Amino acid sequence: MKKIHYREWGIESPRYWGLLAVLATIVAVGGFATLYMEHEGHWVTGMSNQIVWGTPHVFAIFLIVAASGALNVASVGSVFGQTMYKPLARLSGLMAITLLIGGLIVLVLDLGQPSRLIVAMTTYNFKSIFAWNIYLYVGFIVIVAIYLFTMMERKANSYSKGVGVLAFVWRLALTTGTGSIFGFLVARQGYDAAIMAPMFIIMSFAYGMALYLLVLMFTFNTDDRPLGDGVLRRLKNLLGVFVAAIFYFTLVYHLTNLYGTENHAYEAFILRDGGVYTWTFWIGWVLLGMLVPMGILFHPALGMQRGAITAAALLVVLGGLSAIYVIVIGGQAFPLSMFPGHTIIESAYYDGVNGMARAYSPSLPEFLLGLGGFALALLVTFIGVRLLQFLPVSLADEVADPQRG
Amino acid sequence: MTAVAPGVFLQSVAKATPRDTPVTDDVRYGMLIDTTKCADGCSDCVAACEKENGLDLLEKPQGASDELWDMQRPRWIRTVKLKNNLTGRITSLPMMCQHCEHPPCVDVCPTGASFQRADGLALVDRHTCIGCRYCMMACPYNARSFIHENVQIKPTAVPRGKGCVESCTFCVHRLDRGDMTTACQDACSHDAIVFGDLKDPNSAVSQAMAKHTNVEIRADLKLNTAVRYTDI
Amino acid sequence: MKGKFGISVLLAMGVALIGAYGPAVAGQGVEGTAKADGLDACVAPTAFMRRRHFELIKHQRDVTVHQGIRKTDNSLAGCVDCHVRKDVSGDHVAIDAPGEFCAACHEFTGASLDCFTCHATKPTGN
Repeated sequence: MKKIHYREWGIESPRYWGLLAVLATIVAVGGFATLYMEHEGHWVTGMSNQIVWGTPHVFAIFLIVAASGALNVASVGSVFGQTMYKPLARLSGLMAITLLIGGLIVLVLDLGQPSRLIVAMTTYNFKSIFAWNIYLYVGFIVIVAIYLFTMMERKANSYSKGVGVLAFVWRLALTTGTGSIFGFLVARQGYDAAIMAPMFIIMSFAYGMALYLLVLMFTFNTDDRPLGDGVLRRLKNLLGVFVAAIFYFTLVYHLTNLYGTENHAYEAFILRDGGVYTWTFWIGWVLLGMLVPMGILFHPALGMQRGAITAAALLVVLGGLSAIYVIVIGGQAFPLSMFPGHTIIESAYYDGVNGMARAYSPSLPEFLLGLGGFALALLVTFIGVRLLQFLPVSLADEVADPQRG
Repeated sequence: MTAVAPGVFLQSVAKATPRDTPVTDDVRYGMLIDTTKCADGCSDCVAACEKENGLDLLEKPQGASDELWDMQRPRWIRTVKLKNNLTGRITSLPMMCQHCEHPPCVDVCPTGASFQRADGLALVDRHTCIGCRYCMMACPYNARSFIHENVQIKPTAVPRGKGCVESCTFCVHRLDRGDMTTACQDACSHDAIVFGDLKDPNSAVSQAMAKHTNVEIRADLKLNTAVRYTDI
Repeated sequence: MKGKFGISVLLAMGVALIGAYGPAVAGQGVEGTAKADGLDACVAPTAFMRRRHFELIKHQRDVTVHQGIRKTDNSLAGCVDCHVRKDVSGDHVAIDAPGEFCAACHEFTGASLDCFTCHATKPTGN
């Protein structure tokens, strides 16, 4: 492999500032939406005492999960010694940090008392997986920042592998922690499953990879930097494999649920009778999020077209948001099963009369807050690649050498 | 009014005095609901709870939809009517915080704001609650409420503000001033609610539990709830 | 020591100024109508209270919430009960209303006042 040179993202100033302005506007709109929600209280959202986590949480969890996945490219390079991935590692580390920040901001701004963040940072209940996650998230940012430093500062290069291994182990813990937020909830039929944690890990691989590919192709394309077919082929194949793995986990999750009679009602709800959740599951999560992208990525001709690869990656992102929506909101919409062998025929407080689901419709401010988090992650990424040397000058096949592994 | 110190006055309470020593685990408060006595269509306990705890003072925010607001307003106790799928038998009962011995809300709370008092009450310290609602995700009984709007009128005994989670306290402000009843219990003209100290074998609630077979809701979770129900 | 004294004087002047401002109207506290106005000192010497009242309140808050101790000199409800003023028609005026006991000082010193987003601002009798 030839020596890799890195250079700041060099697109013309008007385009760069224009892009930043667009993203900053979306961030600002999200900020105003947050102020509105905080000033009025959560009654202006679609969230209620039954659906307590709504659209902001869907975005936040997606971004947090994708953040750990975005680090994968770097891990493949330094932990598993695949030389082709080494030049890709810097952007991977940067995106891991920016996506996590975007997700965390959304999560924090949706709190009932965001001004008490200091309480969350100083008062801990160590039995809470949430409290653990505060450490995991902050630790992740610090470790990946050090990892980036060891990659970018020549004198520190020799530590890169060690820190890379630590970052890899940490990101596995982080996604396990995120998945466990749900896996530990014994109260709810859809959540109480050990498979949640590994499923979240495999989802993170795919969603992080999809976002990484999109940013890589966009930044290279706009800056006229060569991105070799061989390099792209390997990356898109990896994305395809990750999506296939989600498919497998989705299948196992629902099949194991279908085996136990106690989960039949929940499965019927998600797979057949759940209305918007059923549609989101089949159309969003399964068809658009897994089957179509796999079809594109593994298709001998389509899979090599850049437009098609972009479309596939976008679909994986869409499918990811759908999957998290079904898990987070569908899981809450399904009524708690408090009285086995009984049907609730009247309730003064939404206990699922005759098995009826709890209602939720996302409100605009919630959606804008989530979108703002997305835009913030991209904004910081683009500022980062402009200011520092994150992007290799060339990823042409003869430079990156995708054949050599 | 009596002066207890220069400048400080306390409302005189005829029958009891406010607590001046920490609560201990020598007592555990609990409740037995006799569902055979709970009358279909009656919601006296709900009304009494809402009055006692200032929930009736909350107003629908201007511009809020009735339907959504009904899902967003706090409820500490609610009535539920069940039909046995096999026999068709109808049961009415009130649901509220079950004050578990091993409360999932306490386990998941990141800041420790959800806590368990020595006498078994599962409470929220709203000074450290950040409003993340993880406890509401974890509660198997849908017992908790989030305050979705700015609160205009705040009762002295039951403070309340936007952005925190709350739930049934077994009328802790009454217990702490020495009263041994809850508002729902006082309001129940059918004597369906018996409240008291589960650790005192002579208390009314212990006696009632010994006499009537009773169950925990979601006993499979092994939370050892302090609220039990007969004849479900 | 000198600086502290200076701040105290400023504080006292601020309170006095705001208290004496304008003619009494409904909804505005009347000087001398709080129970505290007829007393020599609060639960601790005035200088201590001015500076460190929140320590007492915060300590009591934790003790009350977690240990159930409600027989105390230091409850927030006690502060409100004693320091709240009445307007010309004899109604209590919210203690966090502009110019009233808590707000006057907190505004003057620029310290945030969070208690009353949840706690009652006048005696409610329950």
